[in-house]
Amino acid sequence: MEQYLIYNTLWYPILTVLMAVPLFGAFITLGIRGDQNLKIWGLLVTVLTTVLSLPLFFSFDLTTAKYQFAEFNDWIPFVDISYVLGVDGISVLLVLLTTLVMPLCILCSWSYIKERFREFIFVLLFIEASMIGVFISLNMVLFFIFWEAMLVPMYLIIAVWGGPRKDYASIKFFLYTLIGSIFLFVAIIALYVTTGTFFIPELMTHHYSFSYQMWIFLAFALAFAIKVPMFPFHTWLPAAHVEAPTAGSVILASILLKMGGYGFLRFCLPIAPAATVYCMPYLIVISIMSIIFGGYLALGQSDIKKLIAYSSVGHMGFVTLGIFLLNDVGIKGAILQMINHGITTGALFILVGMIYERTHSREISDNSALGIVMPIYVSFLVIFSLSSLAFPGTNSFVGELLVLIACFSKYKVVGGFAVVGAILAAAYMLRLVQKMVWADSDGHSHPGDRSQLFDLNLRETATLTFLTIFVFWIGFHPTPLLNIMDTSTAHLLKQVESGMHASPAGHHAHLNGLGETVKNLIAFKY
Amino acid sequence: METIITSKILLTPLIPMVTALLIMGSKKKPNLRESFSLFGALFTFLSVVQLLPHILARGSYEYTLFTLYPGVSVKFHLDGLGILFAGTSSFLWIMAGLYCVGYMRGLDEHAQTRFYFCYAVAVGGAMGVAFSANLFTLYLFYEIVSVFTYPLVAHHQDKEGYDGGRKYIVYLMFASKAFLLPAMILVYVQCGTLDFTMGNVASGMFPSSASSVLVKVTYLLCLLGFAKSAIMPIHGWLPAAMVAPTPVSALLHAVVVVKVGVFCLARVMLSVFGVNLLNNLGLGIFTAYLASFTIITASVVALTQNNLKMRLAYSTVSQLSYIILGVAMLTPNSITGGLIHITNHAFAKITLFFCAGSIFVATRKKDITEMGGIGWSMPFTMIAFGLASLSMIGVPPVSGFVTKWYLALGTLDIHNMILLTVILVSSLLNAGYFIPVFFTSFFGKPLPGDTSQGGFLEGSPFIMLMVIPLFLTAVASVLFGIYPDLFIQIINLMLGR
Repeated sequence: MEQYLIYNTLWYPILTVLMAVPLFGAFITLGIRGDQNLKIWGLLVTVLTTVLSLPLFFSFDLTTAKYQFAEFNDWIPFVDISYVLGVDGISVLLVLLTTLVMPLCILCSWSYIKERFREFIFVLLFIEASMIGVFISLNMVLFFIFWEAMLVPMYLIIAVWGGPRKDYASIKFFLYTLIGSIFLFVAIIALYVTTGTFFIPELMTHHYSFSYQMWIFLAFALAFAIKVPMFPFHTWLPAAHVEAPTAGSVILASILLKMGGYGFLRFCLPIAPAATVYCMPYLIVISIMSIIFGGYLALGQSDIKKLIAYSSVGHMGFVTLGIFLLNDVGIKGAILQMINHGITTGALFILVGMIYERTHSREISDNSALGIVMPIYVSFLVIFSLSSLAFPGTNSFVGELLVLIACFSKYKVVGGFAVVGAILAAAYMLRLVQKMVWADSDGHSHPGDRSQLFDLNLRETATLTFLTIFVFWIGFHPTPLLNIMDTSTAHLLKQVESGMHASPAGHHAHLNGLGETVKNLIAFKY
Repeated sequence: METIITSKILLTPLIPMVTALLIMGSKKKPNLRESFSLFGALFTFLSVVQLLPHILARGSYEYTLFTLYPGVSVKFHLDGLGILFAGTSSFLWIMAGLYCVGYMRGLDEHAQTRFYFCYAVAVGGAMGVAFSANLFTLYLFYEIVSVFTYPLVAHHQDKEGYDGGRKYIVYLMFASKAFLLPAMILVYVQCGTLDFTMGNVASGMFPSSASSVLVKVTYLLCLLGFAKSAIMPIHGWLPAAMVAPTPVSALLHAVVVVKVGVFCLARVMLSVFGVNLLNNLGLGIFTAYLASFTIITASVVALTQNNLKMRLAYSTVSQLSYIILGVAMLTPNSITGGLIHITNHAFAKITLFFCAGSIFVATRKKDITEMGGIGWSMPFTMIAFGLASLSMIGVPPVSGFVTKWYLALGTLDIHNMILLTVILVSSLLNAGYFIPVFFTSFFGKPLPGDTSQGGFLEGSPFIMLMVIPLFLTAVASVLFGIYPDLFIQIINLMLGR
């Protein structure tokens, strides 16, 4: 085990605690009475989790690609199911993102949620525990348990506290994700049958035949592609986002989608490197399609939430694009883009929630010309919209820049297409901002009824200010985050490189016709 | 060449930004707000001036603020080209600051706090561009200027304002995302860094192994990406932006914003590609012809405009291309001619816009045909207009002559009679669209039934506040025509002469 893990040396078992605090917090919630107490309790638990997670950032060892802060306990030894946790440079930032976003989810539900408050806080804390579990599990079965455990609370969030079409949206979300999970489960079993282990780092060291890798890769990739979501599996996302309450949208956008990207990096690349390299051209094409279709569809939306949902498809396209360019800059850009998307899109959903609380509409036309009555709200809207369209000096710019550098240094044509996505992002975000801030107002009075349009209160301002700090911090000084990824990314690429040559060349040859064509096409060889 | 590493140079871009925040904080007190604006402008200019002696001693300043990724950083560097642009813009901000008070109060405009706020941020962005040491910093401040000038263009918030604003932001954002962003990344991919090669205009950043096709593509993307330079075919936003209040048109769309575009282009040509590479690939002469086309076409269009501000807008499109033309000819003389026009055009054009604005405030007239005989009621304004026109036409001793002299020398250096013809013909065209305005204002007759311009109109305090700065800038134009030495010295430093 020592070859993969560095055991936790902090005075408390940090990873277990990060799951245990929200989980126990959730069960204690059931005994608390009074909405105000419940809110405060939810906030306390999530903030405590955040504080407890900070050593992950400050004590992280930058020099090693091993899994740190690790814990190991046998659970069901005869089938190699163990309770093993650890984080590396790829997952640690996602854990931190989760613990940072959750208090904001409580804060943005403060007055949004009107009924069943106890259950709401319970579900929120429960989902936090399982999301953290997904990122830190190093055993396949454990990972799968958390993966599934997260599904039900999310379903409940949409189905209980959702909008008018909540039944349709929640079932669609559930079915899509479940289909992916089934394939994921089959692949996990198949891997166990072949290798006799569920321990993820060990699975990475085995060499599998090319065709076996292909099946494993496809099964994993389908599950993660639905989660990301990649075109053409993205249709559940707008429905889920539109119907979910603000906190649900924030969790969905900021964290749940990241599990797809995380899955690609954790499983597809190291376990099936030859298949990854083989499928790379297709996945790059699909990523580009996600970027362009997501942006194009966002352009035509009149519902603010839908617009942001489609923009997510585009942004996550940049993530998968960065991952499958299979170079250092690209993967770092992809991880950073995941963090950025979590911050920026999360903030945009919070902003939509705030305006929905006031006007009870998500239509752009019902929420236009706010500049004159809600200056603070509008300032935040502009900041996060600029961040969303990758304005230089904001967080998303750095992520997008790295992915584009990776593109242009590898396939210039792909870079050209990715730039189309960037243009579309500017187009739909600027359109949204123009309408929401000014529309056609004359600058002297608000055209409609303004009695509901009071500006942000202290709680709301604080929520958004917190995220604004990250927008500019990452925008100007991303080096600490990039340093954290550095060793793990290099290690990951080494795994891909060595695994890619290990596969017998013969298998490659007969499968290669179409793949080679696509590859040549994007490399502009014709 | 001594380079001083000091955070002192952050002061210049920072002062306008701080000014903007102070302006925002002084919401209900117009006097306080306007004094912040004026003192901000003054301090910005002083902060530039105190950097001048070291630059004149062949030195430079540098400071790295943040590093985002190896080769990509927020880094500042001040050299001759930067200080020329920063000095010009910040000085004219003082003038425009005075003028704004008269104009905005004279017309009792709405949302004045927003106006002054965005105005200051835009100038701060321009200072940042002038001080940039690499493409990323340049891009960052370039985009800040784009975003914060949108509310200024759409200031009136009527249909015209929104349409103009939309066209403005669409042109600028589209160009920067579609062309500038890939250009920046292509530079990074080929050079491994975004830092400019400073202190040597001959060699650029590109390694000798760079593929010539890729370099050409990168160059074209840059040329189109800096849409603020208003070179044809991406000039359409500038006339549309004329719906803005006149102080915006004057400072921003004659000096700060458009000069940011031209400055970026000059910087990219001299410090990214370098004279040798552009010469070898024939890109310089290509740009020169494109600029020539813009000069002639825009001048012809200007002849047809009856709205005074529109005529000035097309004149700006044409004049900006002189700067590009000068740099693109790639000889020391022509580059001198091009770069000195940054200052010369700034002083002359801001005067012309100021005049258009003060006529509007005094008489609410926008069209040239309505201005018959107005010179007798606004003599100082129209005399200033005449002086600035002479500068635009290139009549000695006004400053525009210096530009044309060096540009003509440049064409002779490269033995290109076509470009020489372009310069001569365009001077005639300049005369063709400026002299009638001046002539009408003194010797034309007011339209029948027009009683708005009887008597002396420059006596009221608001109009005085506008006439004083415009007269000063006009006089400065003449002075720079007689003593251009300081500017030529700065440019020579930049060229290593």
